[in-house]
Amino acid sequence: MKTDTIAASATAMSNSGIGIIRISGDESIDIVDLIYRDKNNKKSLKNYKSNTIHYGFIYDEDELLDEVMVSVFKKPNSFTTEDTIEINCHGGSFVINRILKTVIGHGARLAEPGEFTKRAFLNGRIDLSRAEAVMDIISSQNEAALKNAAKQMKGSIYNEIIRYRKKIIHEIAFIESALDDPEHIDMEGYTDRLNIEVDFLIENIRKLLSTFENGKIIKEGIRTVIVGKPNAGKSSLLNRLVGEERAIVTDIAGTTRDIIEEDIRLNGINLRLIDTAGIRSTDDIIEKMGVEKAKRYLREADLIVYVVDSSISLDENDMEIINMIGDKKCIVLFNKSDLNAEISQEEICKVMKERSVSPLFIKTSMKENMGIEDFEEAVKKLFFYGKIDCDNEIIITNLRHKEILSDVLMNLSDVKKSLDNGLPEDFYSIDLMSAYGNLGKMIGEEVEEDLVNEIFSKFCMGK
Amino acid sequence: MKIIKGTDVCVIGAGHSGCEAALACARLGLKTVIFTVSIDSIALMPCNPNIGGSSKGHLVRELDAIGGEMGKNIDKTFIQSKMLNISKGPAVHSLRAQADKQKYSHSMRKVLENQKNIIIKQAEVCELIWKKIDNSDFGYIKKITGVKTFTGIIYECKAVVLCTGTYLKARCLCGESITYTGPNGLQAANYLTDSLLSMEIEINRFKTGTPARMDKRSIDFSKMEEQFGDEKVVPFSFSTDPDSVQIDQVSCYLTYTNENTHEIIRKNLDRSPIYAGVIEGTGPRYCPSIEDKVVKFPDKERHQVFIEPEGLYTNEMYVGGMSSSLPEDVQLSMYRTVPGLENCEIVRNAYAIEYDCINPKQLYPTLGFKKIEGLYSGGQINGSSGYEEAAAQGLIAGINAAQFILGKESLIIDRSEGYIGVLIDDLVTKDNYEPYRMMTSRAEYRLLLRQDNADLRLREKGYRVGLISKEQYDEVVKKKKLIEDEINRLKNVKIGASKKNQSFLEKYGSTSLKTGSNLAELLCRPELNYDILQELDPDRTELPSQVIEQVEIEIKYEGYIERQLRQVKQFKKMENKKIPPDIDYDDVPSLRIEARQKLKSFHPVSVGQASRISGVSPADISVLLIYLEQLHHRQSYIDGGYK
Repeated sequence: MKTDTIAASATAMSNSGIGIIRISGDESIDIVDLIYRDKNNKKSLKNYKSNTIHYGFIYDEDELLDEVMVSVFKKPNSFTTEDTIEINCHGGSFVINRILKTVIGHGARLAEPGEFTKRAFLNGRIDLSRAEAVMDIISSQNEAALKNAAKQMKGSIYNEIIRYRKKIIHEIAFIESALDDPEHIDMEGYTDRLNIEVDFLIENIRKLLSTFENGKIIKEGIRTVIVGKPNAGKSSLLNRLVGEERAIVTDIAGTTRDIIEEDIRLNGINLRLIDTAGIRSTDDIIEKMGVEKAKRYLREADLIVYVVDSSISLDENDMEIINMIGDKKCIVLFNKSDLNAEISQEEICKVMKERSVSPLFIKTSMKENMGIEDFEEAVKKLFFYGKIDCDNEIIITNLRHKEILSDVLMNLSDVKKSLDNGLPEDFYSIDLMSAYGNLGKMIGEEVEEDLVNEIFSKFCMGK
Repeated sequence: MKIIKGTDVCVIGAGHSGCEAALACARLGLKTVIFTVSIDSIALMPCNPNIGGSSKGHLVRELDAIGGEMGKNIDKTFIQSKMLNISKGPAVHSLRAQADKQKYSHSMRKVLENQKNIIIKQAEVCELIWKKIDNSDFGYIKKITGVKTFTGIIYECKAVVLCTGTYLKARCLCGESITYTGPNGLQAANYLTDSLLSMEIEINRFKTGTPARMDKRSIDFSKMEEQFGDEKVVPFSFSTDPDSVQIDQVSCYLTYTNENTHEIIRKNLDRSPIYAGVIEGTGPRYCPSIEDKVVKFPDKERHQVFIEPEGLYTNEMYVGGMSSSLPEDVQLSMYRTVPGLENCEIVRNAYAIEYDCINPKQLYPTLGFKKIEGLYSGGQINGSSGYEEAAAQGLIAGINAAQFILGKESLIIDRSEGYIGVLIDDLVTKDNYEPYRMMTSRAEYRLLLRQDNADLRLREKGYRVGLISKEQYDEVVKKKKLIEDEINRLKNVKIGASKKNQSFLEKYGSTSLKTGSNLAELLCRPELNYDILQELDPDRTELPSQVIEQVEIEIKYEGYIERQLRQVKQFKKMENKKIPPDIDYDDVPSLRIEARQKLKSFHPVSVGQASRISGVSPADISVLLIYLEQLHHRQSYIDGGYK
């Protein structure tokens, strides 16, 4: 029987020296093959024997994530008896999370708590001498996990999820009552009502999901990528913010050929600053690679700082950059504002149309050390609506919660799809039920019985 | 004392459950005696005059697919038929037929009388005869050896199926008056409960009710909405010739209660035995009396009332939706507030009935008692309500009693295979405090469990058991093949973006093609169907309408069906992890106390079943899984905790 492939961090998400990511299931080797390269960029993990360990690198597409050791266990010679890969990477939640995300992005699913052990049992294998010990560990883990989740959940997220579940179960109960008692309960006009409810839920869950980014930002800092044409003043900005000569600054365009990363703290917010090579069409191979890399960083940025030399007019390189910025949060720095301005806000706005968040514009002069405070204010404004105090906001930090909420969002979109296609209620009620069940997973509650109870308590059913 | 030997199975009760149980046993070649307190009450319908309805229709079709009788019998005796929920998805379409009650009963009696191996016996069974035998799992267990009637005759047998319906220690209540009878004034069975108690069987007390019957001549139908049957009737049974059920049908009528009705009820609540505290039994929430509806839903201005004929033989009309245990004088004034019933004459008054039933958690999913060899039970005695629920259980209990005697494998239908599976699993797995009614919402895999594919799902099981003939089974195999071939064909007939094809799509308001497509893809579009696509598919061969129906459903709802199949796959994994019957839950460390108690009292047969017991959490289940794995290493237990 084919099983889906699961992945999770086998070590704590803390700043330990080493982290281990375990992947188990029929496709585990194929998945890791997609992101693993050995020294010579050649051999596939498939060709390695079971129970062997290999030195290499993990890539997300072309971006190097970490230097790793990869262990290969072929079925049935693994803990779960399935094909299993263990990636030994460097510790720290950031690296582990990135690799885990990449693995999931290539087809694995995030494992439920205890799922590896569960599989080991379901597949009829557990080392006899270890069984007893494992049992204690698991039950205590569950309890701890439960307590932990409960603690986090007892607060605002818990109440929020309960609220959504109540709404969903109310709709399911209505639909089910109508199905079971068609002569007593009228469904006319119901789909319009449901559409409104589902829209409400989708909007709220999207909002909740978007806080994951904020939550991540609080934990890991804002990934801020500085872009601009060569010699616009990107490296100068970095140096001003970092407060030391980190990037080499010269008058020669194209000086920064690789990526420079720095962590800084700005009014209590962590910024992970990434200085990129200036973007222009070039024949220089090394510079070209830097540009390619910059493009990749842009895709993953939380914030893009677009540095423009305001003393020269926009050209096609600027157009390309603006194109690459897409819909990301963006601050446009009109640098060299001590010189005569050749371009205006309007000009840039014209090119950057159809954005959900309008960019902020700031005049700076790195040379004169002008406009840095305005920049700091702009960052705050973009990320925390001017408030750094996040205590009152409901924030999701847990990847599992994020995954569940994404599933719920998909379930609800399926409901919308069915409604749009005019499918009858017994179809979309299945996806409503999945949404309800998934939300229940998040707070560890049972699903089935409360439905029947709700039907009886809320709706009149006759014979 | 007279002892009668040579019987294999004794079936106690000849209602909808007992009839199916007895027929199954006899058809599987076993000498069967069926006991009833009154020969005239075989397959009696003491409440509503119809078979089927939402989700209950599914049960009847499934029962028919396995080899039961109910579907065939209603096809012979219905007077109106309707496919419910037709505006909704195929999974919730459900057949309901009004029965001629007398004809239904007579027809079933004839089937029993003509069935080889069945003896019908009018007698009250008072006692079960049993002995202790050694058992490797429990030390000892009880073993059924016979039954004893009120007149003192002992029938020796190998198995007993209890189908006592609402007769055990029954009493009927109507206002202040109480009669100690079964339904319709029939004799109650007052002794058997004590025998069950002496065998340490746990007994519950449930309550249900029925509305009044009225004289048709006293009803003004012009004030009501007439409800017709379907123009083209679909038979319940897969064996019934569809042409044979296209008959002249009679109508039902719809009217409503109003504020005056509710006012009378509210004023007289103190005279209702339920609200006055006279009734001890727990009544069903989903089939509430009119007083319950008025009290629980004070905002509702009116409730529906269905006036349905009891049959062609009589003027009596059933007043659906207004069951009551109020005194007769209150009933009359209450009914007379309803439009059309202003001058009504009550033939039989409404009443509530209280009866003993067993706690079904004492049963395996085979409907055999745990720790009592040879004892099975089906129907309302298991805490269910409804004719169809009863019949479905009777069939399964009868089959498994027979399989037990024949030394063959039990028939268990799981939740992913049929509503019958959901029904039985719910009964034996969940705490049940009221009569259980089947509902589509209880079936989590209902997109797969449609009434239209009951034969495809369950014919094979009936064939393996021996209730379905080779010819009937071959028919289903052939049908499956035709469906599969046609789906494949449709997926492979390419449809190009030609002018002709585009104008065809335009004609049916369907978006034009950008690239080539195939017939299956076009069939997915809501505005197109198999019939319409004929124009693009001139080479198709003519197929039976039942095959086309399946092809259309499977293609149109493919995504949904696949989602459900994935869920079923997960479900089956846990279902296949069996728990040995002699497990000692005190020996399982880390179980929470509540879970431990629940597991002890339910004794689930699989981890899947355990996970559905309320009060057993996911964490408890992992603990249990780990324990079982250890056990597995210590003593390799047999897969399948029961026989």
